[in-house]
Order: sequence, then C-alpha cells, then structure tokens
Amino acid sequence: MTVQIAGVASTPYGEHPDSSTRELFTDAGLEALDDAGLEVGDVEELYAGNFIGDQTDDQAHVGAMLADYLGARQAASMRTESACASASSAARSGAQTIAAGDADVALVGGVEMMSTGGLAAVTDALANAADNEYENEAGLTFPGIYALMAQAYMDEFDAGPGDLAAVAVKNYENGASNPLSQRQEETDVESVLDSPPVATPLHLQDCCPISDGASAAVLVSESYADEHGLETTVSWAGSGQASDSLALQDRPDLARTRAAERAAEDAYDRAEISPEDVDVVELHDCFTIAEILAIESLGFFERGEGARGAVDGETAADGRIPVNTSGGLLAKGHPVGATGVGQLVEITKQLEGRHPNQVDDATIGLTHTVGGSGASCVVNVLRAGGA
Amino acid sequence: MQQWFVDFAERIDDGDPTYLACEECGQAALPPRTVCPECSSRTLEERSLSETATVTASTKIFSSIPEYADETPYIVVIATFDEGVRLTGQLRGAEGIEPGETVTVGVEEREDGWLVTFSPTD
Ligand SMILES: [Zn+2]
Repeated sequence: MTVQIAGVASTPYGEHPDSSTRELFTDAGLEALDDAGLEVGDVEELYAGNFIGDQTDDQAHVGAMLADYLGARQAASMRTESACASASSAARSGAQTIAAGDADVALVGGVEMMSTGGLAAVTDALANAADNEYENEAGLTFPGIYALMAQAYMDEFDAGPGDLAAVAVKNYENGASNPLSQRQEETDVESVLDSPPVATPLHLQDCCPISDGASAAVLVSESYADEHGLETTVSWAGSGQASDSLALQDRPDLARTRAAERAAEDAYDRAEISPEDVDVVELHDCFTIAEILAIESLGFFERGEGARGAVDGETAADGRIPVNTSGGLLAKGHPVGATGVGQLVEITKQLEGRHPNQVDDATIGLTHTVGGSGASCVVNVLRAGGA
Repeated sequence: MQQWFVDFAERIDDGDPTYLACEECGQAALPPRTVCPECSSRTLEERSLSETATVTASTKIFSSIPEYADETPYIVVIATFDEGVRLTGQLRGAEGIEPGETVTVGVEEREDGWLVTFSPTD
C-alpha cells in the first residue's frame, strides 16, 4: 500500500513563551489537517515525538494529551521517544502502519518546549540522551560529545575549524530566507570563529539554538486519497532506522556515525535508489561537525571529504547536493521532539515546488535525524508524485 | 548513580580496574554487559585493566550541566587502554593534553557518585 503525504505544517521555530506543548502541537496538527483537506475526526492513528517533556513540563503520557487537545480522542495515540530522532520515528511508525494496511489516516509529528525552563534545565534534560554513567557523570555535555567527534575528525583528516564554520555560514544564509526559521541573520566564518567557545573546537555559532516548536504531517493510504479525492503530490518512498553504541567511547571510530550508515543503506534499499538519485536533503546539523559526518554517512561524500561540502559550495541550494535549504537545525532551530517531521515538512515543500529556497527539479528528497550522539538514526525518503 | 558503576569506580579506586573480554572473539567491553557487542556471544570474562591509557580526543568545556556548572572550564578526555576499551573522564594535573599522550586513570568521589579522571603519566 503506497503511503501519500496529504498535508504538512510547522509552527515557526523559536521562542513561544505564551504557548505550551499541547497548544503548539494543536496549532501544527490543525494546520497540517487543513493542508490535507481533512478533519480531526478522520485521524485514526497519532504518533508524536517528544523528548524532554517529562523534565520540562513534568508531563508524561504525551501521546494521549496531544490527541485529547487536538480533538482526536478516537485516535490510537502514542508518544515516540528516540531523543532528537523522536519525530522521525513517529513518522516512520505512521508510514509503516498505513503501508501494512492497518490504517488509512495517520497524523505524525512532534513538539518540544525548550525555552521556558532556562538554559541549565534544558542542558540537563538533553544530556539524558547520553550515557548517564559513562558520559554525564564525567561532566560531558552534548556540545562536548560533538566536540570530541570534531577533534577526532580533524585529527584524522585535513580539516579545521574554518571548515566547520563554513557549514554554519551556509545554513544561516538559508535560514535567513526561510520565514519559519529561528535565526534570520546571516553570519560569516570570522564571526563563527569569534563567537564564544562552548566546547573546543566548537563555538556558539557551531551549535543549534534552544527552540520551541511543533511540526505535523498527515499520511494517508493511496486508496484513501483516491476515494476522498485528495490531490496528493508527494509519496513516502522508504525508510531506515538503526542503532549504535549509546556512549561515544564505545565506537571504534569517533568520527564515524555507523547508525546513520546502516539506516541510510536500509532506506536506499527500500526506496530502490542510490545516493546519486537524491536531489535535496534535510539532515541533522545539531552542530556543524554533525553535517560533515552526515553527508559522509549518507554516501554523498567519501570519508574525510565531507569537510569541503560547504566550503566548495557543493551542499549549497544550487550545489551538487543541496543540504539544509531550510537553514537546518543550526538556523531553523531544533525543538528536539519535532525536528524529524519538521525536516519532512521542508522536503515536502521542496518536492511540491513551494520552498523559499527552491531546488530545481527536485524529485527525491531525504531526511536524516540523529538521536543523541548517534546511538539512533532515522533516514526517511520522499518522492514527488502522488495519488 | 547505578550500583554497577559504583562497583566499577571502586575497583579503579582500589588500583585494580577491570573490564570484560569476549572469550569467543576477543572484543573488549565495559560493564555491565552480558552480551558481547561484537559477536553476541555470552561468554564475557572479567579481566584486569591497565591503569594507563592513551589520549584519543579531548575538549575544553565552557558551558555545562548543572552538576558541573560551577567548575567550568574543564577538560574531558576519551582515552584508549591497551586492552581495547575506551573510557571518558576529566583531566587532572595539566592545563591541556594532546592525542597520543599517556595518562593514568583514577577516580574522585563526589557528593552523589564517582568521577573518572585522567592525569598525565610521568
Ligand atoms: Zn565477542
């Protein structure tokens, strides 16, 4: 059963001090249903990513809460949690359910409120994605983990802090022309390198911001789209998900993300494509080094060559393989539990030809979302062409 | 803090650190595993671990989680032991450290648990 993308929506990412987890998700969910031409009563399954709500809101049982406030009490609801890959897992689960013929309409998405609790509280909550005993107890933060990966990369290959900064420069430029993006200002290499150190060699502008936001997508079966006259223009092409060691220290090569390699291979097989077929990519650039590792794991660059992607313009919106035309996590923002579906929203707009940084003739788009430092990874592939 | 980590840290404190070795494939791992992460065999044997290791990567952390927020900046190191396992800890006794340098593992007892440390080996 082919799965169609019937509607998508994201709230602007940024600070929403007057909103809440349940309100933000309702905003995105209703807009996605409107985009699809469907009603809340049509939703059969609801899967929503949320990572740190237990700590920030003192609220678990988030799936039911979101279904309740969306007005979809008839739906089977569940929160998915795979750290920063939570929403990508939600989308994958929704697509699998429809592909299996168990449901015709699934609302998938995610939501995170991160700005309201203060920086220390959110840093503490995010650290729960790492190995508590082997990493957090040693005082290792998330920027610290990626900083170690960056150090290992620069030690092994011919790359330096300027190559990392080039990733931020590209993504800030893309974000500045995306109205949903949290950061609306461009930067340059010098400004990145002059921004305060967070964990050497990473500076503040190498790191994604703290974001509130929600994203949602309505997935339907092809037969449902036909029967209800839905004019869908994007299809679900395939998906892969895999795991790796929870702690960075247990990986044979610190500068290699094996879960992403495994997930990508699985997704390419299922979508019956190879990396050369991909036209546009939204990937998990929580830190600049993460984009470099990702474009290597996804097969767009050889190992050690990813550092030249942004420097040489190959990953620019008009480059060989456009990456993060939305601004990515670095500029668009990273409400962790929403990010994976936020990426699908951006790719859907690209494949529909209505993206603010439109790529020419985009027919196959890919999202890559990483949980923690890479212990989980989801790769989802969309294709232009609907019911 | 989990009891298995307390046990692991106390063995370092006693000068008798240990790790797990797979009898099937030789893979080295850290507790508390039952299954070899490399070959899935369940024949993991506890063995003695060296007290020195080689620095693989390090980072100086300027912004931290609440528990360590008052101690920034500090340096976190991942070091590799000859037996094949790696461990994460904080640098002691030096202002900085480079990959390839030799360090000695230790632990410090903190209010709510144990912290792994590495110091340059003389
Ligand atoms: Zn083994």
